[in-house]
Amino acid sequence: MADVAFPATDSAAARFGRRLRGVVDFIWRLCRQKPLGAVGAFICLVFLVAGIFADFLAPYGFNQIMPIDRLKPPSWQHPFGTDNLGRDIFSRILYGAQLSVIVGLSAAFLATLVSTVLGITSGYLGGRFDLLVQRFVDAWMSFPDLVILIVVAAVLGPGMTQLIVILGLLYGIAGSRIVRSAVLSVREQSYIHASQSIGATPPRIMLRHVLPNVMSPIIVLFTTRVGAVILAEAALAFLGLGVPPPAPTWGGMLTGSARTYMHMAPWMGLAPGICLTLVVFSINMFGDALRDLLDPRMRGQH
Amino acid sequence: MSTDKPSTNDPAAGALLRVEDLKVHFPVHGGVFQRQVDAVKAVDGVSFHVMEGETLGLVGESGCGKSTTGLAVLKMLPITAGKVIFAGTDISGYSSRQVRPIRRSMQMVYQDPFGSLDPRMTVQSIIAEPMEVHRLYPGRRVRKERVIELMNIVGLRADMIDRYPHEFSGGQRQRIGIARALAAEPRLIICDEPVSALDVSIQAQVVNLLQDLQERLGLACVFIAHDLAVVRHVSRRVAVMYLGQIVEISSRDDLYSRPLHPYTQALMAAIPVADPVAEAARPRQVISGEVPSALRPPSGCRFHPRCQHAMPICAKERPELRSDSGRAVACHLYGPTGGASED
Repeated sequence: MADVAFPATDSAAARFGRRLRGVVDFIWRLCRQKPLGAVGAFICLVFLVAGIFADFLAPYGFNQIMPIDRLKPPSWQHPFGTDNLGRDIFSRILYGAQLSVIVGLSAAFLATLVSTVLGITSGYLGGRFDLLVQRFVDAWMSFPDLVILIVVAAVLGPGMTQLIVILGLLYGIAGSRIVRSAVLSVREQSYIHASQSIGATPPRIMLRHVLPNVMSPIIVLFTTRVGAVILAEAALAFLGLGVPPPAPTWGGMLTGSARTYMHMAPWMGLAPGICLTLVVFSINMFGDALRDLLDPRMRGQH
Repeated sequence: MSTDKPSTNDPAAGALLRVEDLKVHFPVHGGVFQRQVDAVKAVDGVSFHVMEGETLGLVGESGCGKSTTGLAVLKMLPITAGKVIFAGTDISGYSSRQVRPIRRSMQMVYQDPFGSLDPRMTVQSIIAEPMEVHRLYPGRRVRKERVIELMNIVGLRADMIDRYPHEFSGGQRQRIGIARALAAEPRLIICDEPVSALDVSIQAQVVNLLQDLQERLGLACVFIAHDLAVVRHVSRRVAVMYLGQIVEISSRDDLYSRPLHPYTQALMAAIPVADPVAEAARPRQVISGEVPSALRPPSGCRFHPRCQHAMPICAKERPELRSDSGRAVACHLYGPTGGASED
């Protein structure tokens, strides 16, 4: 947890030990109380590792064409089969996971950052600033996500950086509501009041008191955003607005030739589809479990 | 509506804190355009002073505005009217930025020992916060030494320094809160019901600690409480509030032995006597009715609908807080008009 690290250097080892024990304790609680969440976490971890080490794990290159092995069904040689150009789908899934991991994590991180900054300032400072920010958020949210995505992707052109920035902003601005509502309840706590009466400045209060106390919704927000961003990226790729080919994206693999050859080689669409479903589902399960475990009413049990 | 005159010259001279005709009204919005249609007069014309090193008790039932008064003195609430003069400067018009350095000299101890400490901070960070904010005791080691010193003062062991608030009992948490209040070396502490959330056995410890510290460090203290026994124990002078106004201020002994205002008399009569025979033989004095709304306070004396000595004038004229030989009471029974000028 992001507890604020304040001096106390001499007992650093003790504190580290306690924190480590806390982490182990938390994993134990996750397994025992939320087995589904633990499974979700495990699946996420598998995909994360697959994505990060795709270069070592993939048996073939993502663009390695083997014309003789076109449209082969799954076999030991090609676990997920091959596509119409004779590329190994398993390898492409692994590289696609890499891309999904990069886009998913960085866009979700950006989104959470934007949500946190907007939510905390708007919720804590309140007043006219809050009104202004919230009306902007209203206006932003009144557009359907996909419309904004398509327009921006069309204007900025396809590419990973653009994708990350626009997805981060899109979900970040909408998510600021969640952080803000958490801040609104924390703001009324008497320890915030106490800091004000001590003479602490608003930035100090927001950083030292509000942020650590809204950390649990922020963590949950982050996990759900990873899932949403991966889906959105796939949707854009499906529409041809994502990362341009030949980069293997799960969304891209679902569309185009996968649809053309749907009857001859259903595995072409099934493999990325199942992976996508699995990842998003397990991230959501993990996020739900986190939300329950980090609930303040359940705190203090460890 | 007539207003209180600040109490006449002499006794308040050289006071650390002077509150003159303080009003805190909370606006009530209504209608289509959310215009202000009314105001809850939580504090309506309160004047008192606290000398250096003195404890003033502020008593009254729930909702009478005693906590609001405390918060307004600290400028934690917008002041509608009146003056708060701290150490000779009127801070009632100060902006939040201007008031920040003054916060060092005025600290607050809160009622709720569970909510007033940040659950994500260690005791060390909690107690050191006022020092960080006001840049006192610079240097990590010096500050830590000071934290330990403060922990000793309030009776906490130094090895508890890295613990989190949820690892402490209510009484210990209140000690942490007191240590935090002392950290900035204030001249005035406002204690807002500091013991009412604690067990009775712990209350005595915390009250004694507060009293001891206050004497040793020469702190002035405004002690807000509804427990008359606790207030009697800690205060030198006591102010009794009813519905946003002070009805009586006097020295502790005078107030408890010979209360003047009918409301104070009723309050004193409500204190049970520890002897069951005497308790049974004691005449009952019950206030009938409910506390009226602070949105529409009664005309004249605010206590008149419930007062057994109410006279016609009580419904018409608000009695001023008149001081006489060190005692001040706001009641027509004791005014120059007395009960005579009935028309």
